[in-house]
Amino acid sequence: MNIDTKTEEFHHVHAAHCENGVTTALLRHHGLDFMTEPLAFGMGSGLFYIQIPFLTINNGPAISFRTMPGAIFKRTCRSLGVEVTRNKFSDPVKAQLFLDKKIKEGAPVGCQVGVFHLSYFPKEYRFHFNAHNLIVYGQEDNRYLISDPIMEEVTSLSAEELSKVRFAQGPLAPKGHIYFPEKVGVITEDVIRKGIVKGIKRNVRDMIGIPGNFAGVNGIRYTSNNIRKWRDKLGLKKAGLYLGQIVRMQEEIGTGGGGFRFLYGAFLEQAAAYLQDDRLIGLSEEFTKSGDMWRASAIQMAGVYKGRLTEQQSFDEIADRLLEIRSVEKEAFLKLSKLNLGK
Amino acid sequence: MKKEDLPQEPGALSRLTRELCYVKNEDGKYETALSKGWDIKKEALDSAWVEVNDRVEEARKAVANGEKSPVYYFMELNLMDISVLSGYTGFFSFFINRHLKPSVFKTLSDKKLEKYAQAFDITVGELKNFKG
Repeated sequence: MNIDTKTEEFHHVHAAHCENGVTTALLRHHGLDFMTEPLAFGMGSGLFYIQIPFLTINNGPAISFRTMPGAIFKRTCRSLGVEVTRNKFSDPVKAQLFLDKKIKEGAPVGCQVGVFHLSYFPKEYRFHFNAHNLIVYGQEDNRYLISDPIMEEVTSLSAEELSKVRFAQGPLAPKGHIYFPEKVGVITEDVIRKGIVKGIKRNVRDMIGIPGNFAGVNGIRYTSNNIRKWRDKLGLKKAGLYLGQIVRMQEEIGTGGGGFRFLYGAFLEQAAAYLQDDRLIGLSEEFTKSGDMWRASAIQMAGVYKGRLTEQQSFDEIADRLLEIRSVEKEAFLKLSKLNLGK
Repeated sequence: MKKEDLPQEPGALSRLTRELCYVKNEDGKYETALSKGWDIKKEALDSAWVEVNDRVEEARKAVANGEKSPVYYFMELNLMDISVLSGYTGFFSFFINRHLKPSVFKTLSDKKLEKYAQAFDITVGELKNFKG
């Protein structure tokens, strides 16, 4: 997290992931100076894995490395006792009036947007992906001032452009979704510690406590089993595209899978300091290891979609590596669950 | 990932920004660093676009051969599927499926064509006169 671009009152936060960044920046704006991206991610139990069976998105497997959109903001605020307002709209005009009112009050707000029409994004990135998040923090010369957490600098959008991305259509359509902290109370170290413990416990539940075979660490095995069959079932070309989609889901901005493991490692490092518990440092290392393994698997998958690896053996190797990742992550979460962090 | 291992291989995103990453410094602690990109990611994105362009070309041929209506071509060109297009036009999927047939497309009112044109960011003329 880098906090360097300053506007009059609002401080832009550059983050690895959009929702973490929005959460961090909005809470810091409300005086919570201790908030960092890893802390928001960990308290919001952001780490996840799921492959939704039988569903394809953009003609590839439906995989997510993160929890549901909106959950990180909601959970982090709730653990800190921060009251939140969230609104969706059916009418774009009303959505804009509401936004204008908040901006006049001087309150920066989070908005969920689709990236297909997001004019400042490079064209290569503009798919119909509707769970991007940004902050609107002001208005100047008829343009809205935008703080997009994935960017180093702030930017701006016209009213028309902003309305278009706030009312993008398709899966997870934002429907003008706007959200912001309403009331922030006094937050003691104790509240922060409790929030951290709660975040860890919930993440343990999400990763190793969900029954069934496609969510949490078991989801990684589910994908692994799929990959073994792809070459025969889909043919080499389509199998390569599917692997490419995994890598994009895994490593790209806004969804980052490998990167999320590093982020979780950074969170545990900060948690160790808050809880004065060095055991968490050791566990942080395990997530670093897992992140490195995800990246190594991406390199191997790239071999397939670049056409360099074509044999079934390569698919088996990739599948085996995912199983290894699963056991590293399962082990790490089991250890986390046995720590007796209390409260 | 160690800080010195962070790739700096520019991709499409580097025209807009560098990406923030969490990496291990010399003391084994996490800190942030900026990356220009990673070829592995770039190639995944490139291969996705090769696929998109293939689909668009297939769609163009299908329109030229009279198998599909222009709606099909522009849907693919805009990376949409029926459900996304349904969101942008307000038409139910069942009707959009019918509108993909050239014979049904010919009978569409200008009002309906206007909805499609808006969804695709083109004029009704461009939609109607697209021959593939």
